Amino acid sequence: MSGTSGTQGRRPVVTPSRVVAGLCLIAPFVGMLWVGSYAKIEPTLIGIPFFYWYQMLWVPVSALLTTVAYILVRREKRALRATEPAQKGGAAE
Amino acid sequence: MKDVNGVALAVFIFFFVAVTVMGFLAARWRRAENANNLDEWGLGGRSFGTWITWFLLGGDLYTAYTFVAVPAAIYAAGASGFFAVPYTILVYPLIFLFLPKLWSVSHKHGYVTTSDFVRGRFGSKGLSLAVAVTGILATMPYIALQLVGIQAVLDVMGVGGGENTNWFIKDLPLLIAFGVLAAYTYSSGLRAPALIAFVKDALIYIVIVVAIIYIPIKLGGFDDIFAKAGHWFSEPNPKTGAPRGALASGEKAQWAYGTLAIGSALALFMYPHSITATLSSRSREVIRRNTTILPLYSLMLGLLALLGFMAIAAGVKVDNNQLAIPQLFEDMFPDWFAGVAFAAIGIGALVPAAIMSIAAANLFTRNIYKDFIRPNATPEQETKVSKLVSLLVKVGALIFVLGMDKTVAINFQLLGGVWILQTFPALVGGLFTRWFHRWALLGGWAVGMIYGTWKAWDTPAATQKHFGNVANIPGIGEIGYIGFTAFVLNVAVVVVLTFVLRALKAPDGIDETSPADYQADSGDPGDPGVKADLPPATAGAPGGH
Repeated sequence: MSGTSGTQGRRPVVTPSRVVAGLCLIAPFVGMLWVGSYAKIEPTLIGIPFFYWYQMLWVPVSALLTTVAYILVRREKRALRATEPAQKGGAAE
Repeated sequence: MKDVNGVALAVFIFFFVAVTVMGFLAARWRRAENANNLDEWGLGGRSFGTWITWFLLGGDLYTAYTFVAVPAAIYAAGASGFFAVPYTILVYPLIFLFLPKLWSVSHKHGYVTTSDFVRGRFGSKGLSLAVAVTGILATMPYIALQLVGIQAVLDVMGVGGGENTNWFIKDLPLLIAFGVLAAYTYSSGLRAPALIAFVKDALIYIVIVVAIIYIPIKLGGFDDIFAKAGHWFSEPNPKTGAPRGALASGEKAQWAYGTLAIGSALALFMYPHSITATLSSRSREVIRRNTTILPLYSLMLGLLALLGFMAIAAGVKVDNNQLAIPQLFEDMFPDWFAGVAFAAIGIGALVPAAIMSIAAANLFTRNIYKDFIRPNATPEQETKVSKLVSLLVKVGALIFVLGMDKTVAINFQLLGGVWILQTFPALVGGLFTRWFHRWALLGGWAVGMIYGTWKAWDTPAATQKHFGNVANIPGIGEIGYIGFTAFVLNVAVVVVLTFVLRALKAPDGIDETSPADYQADSGDPGDPGVKADLPPATAGAPGGH
């Protein structure tokens, strides 16, 4: 991804939407690998200890975060394609 | 010996026959003109869209591991078995990052296996062979786990035979089930499990919804279930004197919990069968979209895991922990619905077993047979060899069933993970950078494999002296997943050796891919479509190492 041909100039590798997408993807790792933060029984939810319902709550949360990352990446890619219609095929390097 | 549960068995056989018929008919589903090449038999013509891919990947990733081994681990020890939930949570953000790249480059160059990619990227036949052998080896205990799952169901239905029957009668139903599986895999290829995956998932979801509502009501709610389970775990185990387990992960077990989760997550998409299901999808977008909808299965896994506590609360007592969940179903459900539940578990084990054997067979054909034995094989020959090897791999799995402790089936999967994780640096590393040297990758792989295998052999499991899953992490003094420790060691060796080899100017292999290949999507302007056949490896890598 270093230089592209003449008129395009340098495409930044780090863009705000990529940073946000990256954070969305990293969050589950921090949440899940910090086991000490959720290794407890209380508070229970309908009788289920915290340890279990908290981790299961992370399933929809991380799915949502991945969806956000997906939308951000897709939007950026579309914007990129719109600006360089004739750039396909070996022009990336 | 227990009595045969006639009604449940009849329902089970009904579903089993139905999916068998589907399996054979699948050969005609979305059929291409020329079915005799590996793209067709082994990848379903690379034509699957978002929903089929979702069912196929779901059918592929959520296996007897999910339905039998994980709840059994919870039943045996409580919290520590729940690591499977963070594991499947971490999988999706992880594959979001690298799987689309792998799809693109495979699409562009017609790669069928991970080894194809590694060879193309690093120009090294030796490294590609290492990846292929590891893939085949690691798949066998995973298929074995599916066998154990089917066996558990058969045992509870009373057709598994008792202790006193001879081994042949005892294992006959299992052998029949596997024979049928082998036959339709042979004839229909990936289309069979893809079609059956629909039935499997429908059954599984019905069973889970019913189980998670009906059983807690019968047992007096989750309060009672966890109170009873907590009491049970706090009692000392008569053998060791220590508490049986815990409801929340204790201080000392947290490293093990975390490393098992991350290690398993890193390993999952190194398995040949995961990659096969991925590459059979129609486009890059299908994969990204799937990472956002696949977590629905993780929710299912979490709910299934809770069944382990319900089995304790229901007073299920079994000698073999793997029988806990099937036994719970038999005790709680009316016979006919127990039959549906058993069918769900049985078919849930058959689908992944089929995909796994196809994937391992693809690896053998592409990266061992064609690269080393018969470089000029025609597509027809390739397909034929793949079909035969798909049978042999299943025999290999049987060896693991006979040789390992079946009461802790989760260790089958974790042992596979120890091995397959060692291909991560070459595969995922290769997707992002060409900096790693091919010989360094080979060195790291060897160190990881040797350390992991030795450590696993040296670590006792519940009722056996070998094949434990966690051990002391050298230098840290905590207990961790052996596979993950071996992986870290592997990466360290790769980095150090790469520096050394680069300094010595060791010859680099030829990279046949270009940066644009990693972004390609189907339907791009100038997209050549998938090439039906790969040019011989030697074209890009003279004298490959």
